[in-house]
Amino acid sequence: MDDLRQKYLAAIAEAKGEGQLEEIRVAALGKKGEIALEMRKLGQMSPEERQTAGPALNALKAEVNDAILARRSGLADAALDERLKAEWLDVTLPSRPVRSGTVHPVSQVTEEVTALFADMGFSVAEGPQVETDWYNFDALNIASHHPARAEMDTFYMARAEEDDRPPHVLRTHTSPVQIRSMLAQGAPLRVIAPGRVYRADFDQTHTPMFHQVEGLALDTDISMANLKWVLEEFCRAFFEVDDVELRFRASHFPFTEPSAEVDIRCSWEGGALKLGEGDDWLEILGSGMVHPNVLKAGGIDPEVYQGFAFGMGIDRIAMLKYGIPDLRAFFESDLRWLRHYGFASTAVPTMRGGLTA
Amino acid sequence: MKFTLAWLKEHLDTAATLDEITFALSDLGLEVENVTDPAAALSTFSIGKVVAAEKHPDADRLKVCRVETGSGETQIICGAPNAREGITVVVAAPGTYVPGIDTTIQVGKIRGIESHGMMCSERELELGEGHDGIIELPSGTAGQPFSDWLEENDPGRTDPVIEIGITPNRPDALGVRGIARDLAARGLGTLKPAPAPEVPGTFPSPVSVTIAEDARDVAPVFCGRLIRGVRNGPSPDWLQARLKAIGLRPISTLVDITNFFTHDRARPLHVFDAGKLAGGLTVHPARGGETMMGLDDKEYTFEPGMTVISDDAGIQSIGGVMGGLATGCTTETTDVFVESAWFDPVRTAFTGRALKINSDARYRFERGVDPASARDGLELATRMILDLCGGEASEAVIAGAAPDTTRAYPFNPDRVVSLVGMDIPEAEQRKTLEALGFRLEADMAHPPSWRPDIQGSADLVEEVARIASLTKLEGKPMPRPRPGLPAPVLTPLQRRERTLRRTVAGAGYNECVSYSFVDQASAALFGGGGPDTKLENPISSEMSHMRPALLPGLLQAAARNQARGQGELALFEIGAVFSGGEPENQSLVASGILVGDATPRGVHGARRGVDVFDAKADLEQALASIGAPAKAQIRRDAPGWFHPGRSGAICLGKTVLGVFGEIHPKVLSALDVKGPAVGWTLFPDAVPYPRSSGTGRPALKVSGLQAVERDFAFVLDRQVAALDVVNAAGGADKALIESVRVFDEFTGEAAEAQMGEGKKSLAIAVRLQPMERTLTDEEIDAVSKKVIEKVTKATGGSLRG
Repeated sequence: MDDLRQKYLAAIAEAKGEGQLEEIRVAALGKKGEIALEMRKLGQMSPEERQTAGPALNALKAEVNDAILARRSGLADAALDERLKAEWLDVTLPSRPVRSGTVHPVSQVTEEVTALFADMGFSVAEGPQVETDWYNFDALNIASHHPARAEMDTFYMARAEEDDRPPHVLRTHTSPVQIRSMLAQGAPLRVIAPGRVYRADFDQTHTPMFHQVEGLALDTDISMANLKWVLEEFCRAFFEVDDVELRFRASHFPFTEPSAEVDIRCSWEGGALKLGEGDDWLEILGSGMVHPNVLKAGGIDPEVYQGFAFGMGIDRIAMLKYGIPDLRAFFESDLRWLRHYGFASTAVPTMRGGLTA
Repeated sequence: MKFTLAWLKEHLDTAATLDEITFALSDLGLEVENVTDPAAALSTFSIGKVVAAEKHPDADRLKVCRVETGSGETQIICGAPNAREGITVVVAAPGTYVPGIDTTIQVGKIRGIESHGMMCSERELELGEGHDGIIELPSGTAGQPFSDWLEENDPGRTDPVIEIGITPNRPDALGVRGIARDLAARGLGTLKPAPAPEVPGTFPSPVSVTIAEDARDVAPVFCGRLIRGVRNGPSPDWLQARLKAIGLRPISTLVDITNFFTHDRARPLHVFDAGKLAGGLTVHPARGGETMMGLDDKEYTFEPGMTVISDDAGIQSIGGVMGGLATGCTTETTDVFVESAWFDPVRTAFTGRALKINSDARYRFERGVDPASARDGLELATRMILDLCGGEASEAVIAGAAPDTTRAYPFNPDRVVSLVGMDIPEAEQRKTLEALGFRLEADMAHPPSWRPDIQGSADLVEEVARIASLTKLEGKPMPRPRPGLPAPVLTPLQRRERTLRRTVAGAGYNECVSYSFVDQASAALFGGGGPDTKLENPISSEMSHMRPALLPGLLQAAARNQARGQGELALFEIGAVFSGGEPENQSLVASGILVGDATPRGVHGARRGVDVFDAKADLEQALASIGAPAKAQIRRDAPGWFHPGRSGAICLGKTVLGVFGEIHPKVLSALDVKGPAVGWTLFPDAVPYPRSSGTGRPALKVSGLQAVERDFAFVLDRQVAALDVVNAAGGADKALIESVRVFDEFTGEAAEAQMGEGKKSLAIAVRLQPMERTLTDEEIDAVSKKVIEKVTKATGGSLRG
C-alpha cells in the first residue's frame, strides 16, 4: 500500500497539466483504478484484516484525492501567473484625459461673502444692470446736477429719437438694489446685493465693468457702531486673520449720512500684503448710515427706521485675499489665468468648513 | 486742493505737528493724498564748520578740509571753489542719501586721500539751482540739524505742501480758511479772526454793473470796484512763493491776487483792465452763437443761456468760468475793475462742461461758493491791490443782492447718539456745530452761508460725528434678526445658479466672466446688436452693445486662447443677457462651449473632435443637476447660430429649457474660431420649480422578478428621429416596459445598399420589468408584437428581417 502511495503522490507532483492529472486520477481512483481494485479486495479479507486494511485504504484514497485537488489548483495558479505575466502594460503611459474645470474667483468670492453675511441674517438681493436714472441716482439722493453724477463716468443707453425719457444707465454701483429691496420688502431689512457694475474708465487699475457687493441693514436701532462690528466680523472671517483692525474715516457719499471710508490695518513688507499688522492702512470700502432721503425713496419712514449701508469691490477683495495682481485679467478669459486663479468645483465655501478649501 | 503748512497757519493758531494735522485732516473727511515735507528730506544733513582747508597734494582743484561736525572733526575732500577755512557748511555724513545727485555718500579715497562725507550745494539738496559752490550759511552751530536751521532762519524753504481730496459736498474746504475751520473745530488750534473791513472809495466807479432780468436767478449778486493808478508788475516774493508751492504759475500782481483769494478763501474773483472796457458791464444769458477769446487764448462759442458778462463791445467774460483775453489785465494795466460775484452751481457746471473749460473758478462755483462772500471778497482784494499795486479805489458797485441762504433744521442730540452709536455729550455736540459756524437757537441749528451741503438734520449728525472722530468709534455686536440658527437665504434661482456653476465646472469647464458688452457685429450674429441695446457712450467699438447671449463672449475668448496656442477649450459662463434696453429685459442664462478635440491625439484610441453629442451630454447633465425632468422632448428648431442639421432644443411642451449644437461655420469664421466647436445654452428659470410637497420621497418600488430584455431592429426612413422610435416603443406597455435604449444605428451607403435608398436601420433594446409574477413566453411575445406595431405605425418603418 505504501508503494501505491509513493507512486501516485510522486506522479501527481510531476503532473504537467490538467490532462495528465486526470489520467492519474483515473489510474488511481477510477472504477478500474488501482486503489479501487484494492478496495474491491476488501470483501475477500477476513474481518481482522479488513479492520486494518479498510481505514488505511480510505485514508490513501483521501490523500491521493487531496493531492490531485491541490496540484490542480497549483497548476491553475501557475497558468494564471503565466497569463498575467504576458499581460504587461506600460503604466507610465498617460491616463485617458479628463478635463478639470474651475470656478472664477469672482464667483468664488461672491459665494464666500454670501456665506458670511447669510450667517448674520442677510439675504441676497439682485437687480437689473440696465437701470433707470431714478434708481441709480435720484432715489439715492444724487440730484441731476449733483457733481457726483458727472464724476461717476456713467455709461448711458442710447435713446431712440422719439423717446424723450431720460436715458437709462448701466448701473454705476449696486446701490440701486437698496431701493428695489426697500420697495419690495420694507423694513426691517437685511440684504446684500452682489453684482456687476459699470463705469466708463479703462486703464491699468480700472475696467469698464467690475463687481460690487452692497450691504443694507435697517431696523429701529441699528447704529454706525453696529456697522463697524459687522464689517470687523466680516473682514476677520473673510480674510481669515485672527486680528483685524478697521479705521473709519469720515467721508461723503450722497446716499449716506454720516459717511465713512473704511481702512484696514496692513503691512506691505517685502511687497506682500499682510492684513492685521503693520503701520499702513488700506482703503477697502465705503459705508455710512442710510440717508433719510434714500429711506423715503424706498418707501420707509426715516422717523422710525434707521440703518447702515456699505459697498465694496468684489474683484478688489479677491485680489487682496488671493494675491491676484491685475484687475484687467479677470475679464480676459485667458485659460492659463482661469486654471491658475480659479477654484475647484468642489471647493464650496461654507461657514463650517471654512471659506478657502 | 493744495496748500502749505505755513499758509494754513495764517488762519489757524496751532502748535500741532505736521503728522497730527495730516491725521486729523484725513479723519475729518479731508483725505490727505500727498504730503511733501522738504524738512524730512533734509533731516539727515547737519551743519559743519570748516576749520582748515588745504590744497590736495595731487589735484589742483581739490581741497582737503578739516570740518568740525557734531561728532568731532572729520576730513572731507571738496572740489568747490568757495571751500575755505571759516565758513559754515551743510554736511552729508557717510550713509546719507543726497537727493540732487541720487547717491548715498560713502567713505572713499579721492586721489589717495580719504574723504568722510560731502559738503553740499543747493542743487544737491534740491533747494534751488545754485551749484557754483557749496552752501555758505550766515549762522549755525556745528552738529545742528540743517532742517532745524532752515526752520529758524528760512522757513519758506521747508514749508510742507499738503494735498487733500475734497468730496463734492465741501466747497468751503476749497479754501485754506475752510480747512483751518475744520481743524479748529477738532481742537487742533484756534481759528484766527479775518475781518474784511470796507475800503472807503474816494470817487464813484465809472464802470457800472447791471444784472439782466433773465440772469438774476443764476447771477443774483455782483460786487465791483474800479481802482485807478495801479502798477501791475510781478507780485512780491511771498505771494509768488505761495502760488508756486501749490503748483500755480505767478503771472502779475493783479492776477496773482485773484488766484490767492481763490485758494485762500474759496472766493474766485476776476479783474478787468478797465481801460479796455467799453461802457458798463451787463450780466446776462448768452443768446447763442456769440464768440469770445478766453484768457487761455482759445475761442469759445456760446450756447443760449450760458451766463456771460458783456460791455458795449460784446461778451468779455464767462460768468464763474473764465475771463476774456481782450479785457484781461496786463503789466500795462493802470485802471483795474475787480469783480466779486456769485454764479449758480448748476448753470456754471453746465457752461463749463459744454465749453470744456476746467478752471479753478468753475471748480468752486459749480460746487458752491459762499454767496455771502461776494462783498468780503471785493474788500479783501481791494485792500491787497492797494497795498501791492498802489492806486486809488472807487466806491463799491453792488448790483443785486446775495441770495438768501438762511434756513434751520431741528437738532436732536439723542438722534446723533442713536445713529452713530457713540456717546457724545450734548454740550460737545453744540460746541462742535458752533465752531463750524452754525448758529444754535434752542433746538434749531442754522447753517452758515458757506455750507450749501447742509440740507437737513442728518447733515448735522454727520458734522458732529466727523468732528468727534469716527476713528474712535467702537464696534457693537448686531444680533441675528431672530434668535437661534440662521435661516437659509438663497432664492431657488440663486441656488440653481450655484448648482449649475459647480456642476459645469465639475464637468471640466473653466468659468469665464466676460464683459457684458460686445461689438455690434458679434451681437448681431446672436440675434442682438439692435438700437435698443446700444450704448450711447461706449468705451470702444468693441464694447458697443449689451450682449444678447453669452456665446459671443465665450467664442471670442476661444479665439484669443487659440491665438495663444490653446487648442482644447471648455469654457462656460453664467450671467445676464439683454434682450432690450429696459431694466426688465435682462435674464440669467448659462452657456458652455467645447472647442477642439474631445479625445486628443493619444495612446488610448483615435483622436476625436468635439461633436454635438458632447454638447448635448453636458447640457443634459447641467439640466439634471437643477432638477429638470429626464423625459424632455428634443426639437430641431435651435437658433440660427447653430448648424441647422446638428443642433437641437430640449423642451417641455413649448418651454425651451436649453439649446445645443455645433456652432454654425459662418459664426465660427466671423469670430475667428477654428472648429470643431459646439456649444449649449441653458435657461435656468425655464426649468419648472418643484411644487413644495414636504421633504418626503415616494417609496422605492423594486421587483425581485427577473427583467427580460428584447432587441428589435427597424428599417426606417433616414430622417426618422430615434426619439420617436423610443417613445413609440415605450408606449407599447407603459406598466411593463421599464426602459427603451437605442443601441445601434446603421446608416450610409452600405445601409442603403441593403435596405434601399434613403433608409437606415435602428436597433433598440426594450427592457420589461414584471412586478407581480414572472412573464410567460406568450406575454412577452404579445408585448413584442405591440412594440413592433407601435413603432411601425409611428414611423412608417418596418421590422428588419
